[in-house]
Amino acid sequence: MARISKEERKSTIISVALKLFSERGFYITTIPDIAEKVGMSVGNFYNYFTSKDILAKELVLFISEYLGKSIQKINEEDVSTEEKVYKIVTMYFDMADHKPEMIEYFLRVYLSNREVFGEDCKGMLCVSPFVTEMMIFFDDGVAKGELHNQDFFSAFGLFMGYLGGMVFLFGENILPEPLSEYKTSISQNIFNALKTRS
Amino acid sequence: MHSKQEAKPRLVWIQGVTCNANIHSFLNLPTLPSLLSKLNMLYHPSLECSHTLQEITQLEIACDVLIFEGTYDPLLKRNDVLIADVVKHFAQEAKYVVALGSCASFGGIFKASAPKRNSGLIFNEKESFGPLLESQKKVINLSGCPVHPEWLGYTLNMIINKKEILLDELHRPLELYSHLAHHGCTRNEYFEWKVDAKEFGLKEGCLFYEQGCRAPMTHASCNKILWNEVSSKTRAGTPCFGCTEPDFPRNNLFSTQTNMSIPQDVPLEIPKRAYLTMTGFAKTFSIKRLEGKLIDYKTTR
Repeated sequence: MARISKEERKSTIISVALKLFSERGFYITTIPDIAEKVGMSVGNFYNYFTSKDILAKELVLFISEYLGKSIQKINEEDVSTEEKVYKIVTMYFDMADHKPEMIEYFLRVYLSNREVFGEDCKGMLCVSPFVTEMMIFFDDGVAKGELHNQDFFSAFGLFMGYLGGMVFLFGENILPEPLSEYKTSISQNIFNALKTRS
Repeated sequence: MHSKQEAKPRLVWIQGVTCNANIHSFLNLPTLPSLLSKLNMLYHPSLECSHTLQEITQLEIACDVLIFEGTYDPLLKRNDVLIADVVKHFAQEAKYVVALGSCASFGGIFKASAPKRNSGLIFNEKESFGPLLESQKKVINLSGCPVHPEWLGYTLNMIINKKEILLDELHRPLELYSHLAHHGCTRNEYFEWKVDAKEFGLKEGCLFYEQGCRAPMTHASCNKILWNEVSSKTRAGTPCFGCTEPDFPRNNLFSTQTNMSIPQDVPLEIPKRAYLTMTGFAKTFSIKRLEGKLIDYKTTR
């Protein structure tokens, strides 16, 4: 049997930890819980992450990089800004559907337990890949004359706050329909709110 | 045998459509008397010279160095002679033609009255265009609005001393235009940590984020070879207007063009994604020393 590389093992820990933290909560989940689920000793776990806080920060970076890379692919496509909005919404909702632990972790652990992340995750430090890609998206949309030129955070909050809110409702089982049913209407709402005003 | 005066490069200084700013600037060159003593000034609109405009426009004598200041308008006349003919005549025998200032180099401000007709000597903005395309090898563009007196001083001294002047793709001397106006700016630390100048006229803070400063994408040595040997626009608190580049002048010189708060143009050849990442990191930290007036920080600690 092929030996599992350190990188593969690290990625298994990340995926298990994401699930446990987002299902059970950050404080309740212990390192022995994670090690057990991965199938490794607690001692060996510390070879990968030296503390729970460090693991927590790595997870935010992991999610941010995943989102950043996904949005970068969309940014690099030769399509209209309206279509890009639809693609970003689709990517985000697909992620919430197929990898709910990623968004759950972001919303329920990262945003709700800021004391864990402290100075190391201040400002943009842990979310830079994702926020930078959204900046590129907005900048490009305005440069093409398809989006209204306004304050970045006003636009960013409208876009991501809306998506986060929908995923939250989905997580709470409040939405009557599956998330995918809302892709078109939500994309249209976002684009209508952000598009160039005549 | 030639006399000493005849051995000096013969210079003719002709004006197109101009505000005379490059002459004004040149008059501030501290070494002007010594430089002029090494030239045979056949004609200059303001300085002592051996010929009148009437004599020059007979188009019977020749020069070694032609300096052309201002936008080239083929319909403009001097002493009732088309400037097109004057330029053509003197450029023919001259070893060097100096297009002085951004108007002569790229069209500049005075291109606006007839954007399709007026231009620089070999460029209309950055497109090859103008009356001297066929002899463009002898054309040296000294862009700037106005040109820095030392830049013309450097160029003339190189010519006098028969040194080779290496040029960039826009025919500007590399020695003067390979630097960016950003190099040597006293506000560099504020640029590094993304601290804006909160209002116009402050000594502290960077002018790039709100006040329209073009220094990180403008080829000019204004902060390396200081103006009047003491200062520069950015040091004094005025944003760099990018006056040495072919796209000068732009609108809204005192405000940074942004798309959703993101600078439309980022420092030269830095990918926007990389720039925004760095900016995000740098903005995370608040550095007390850089927040207010430096002098207050030192005295109130």
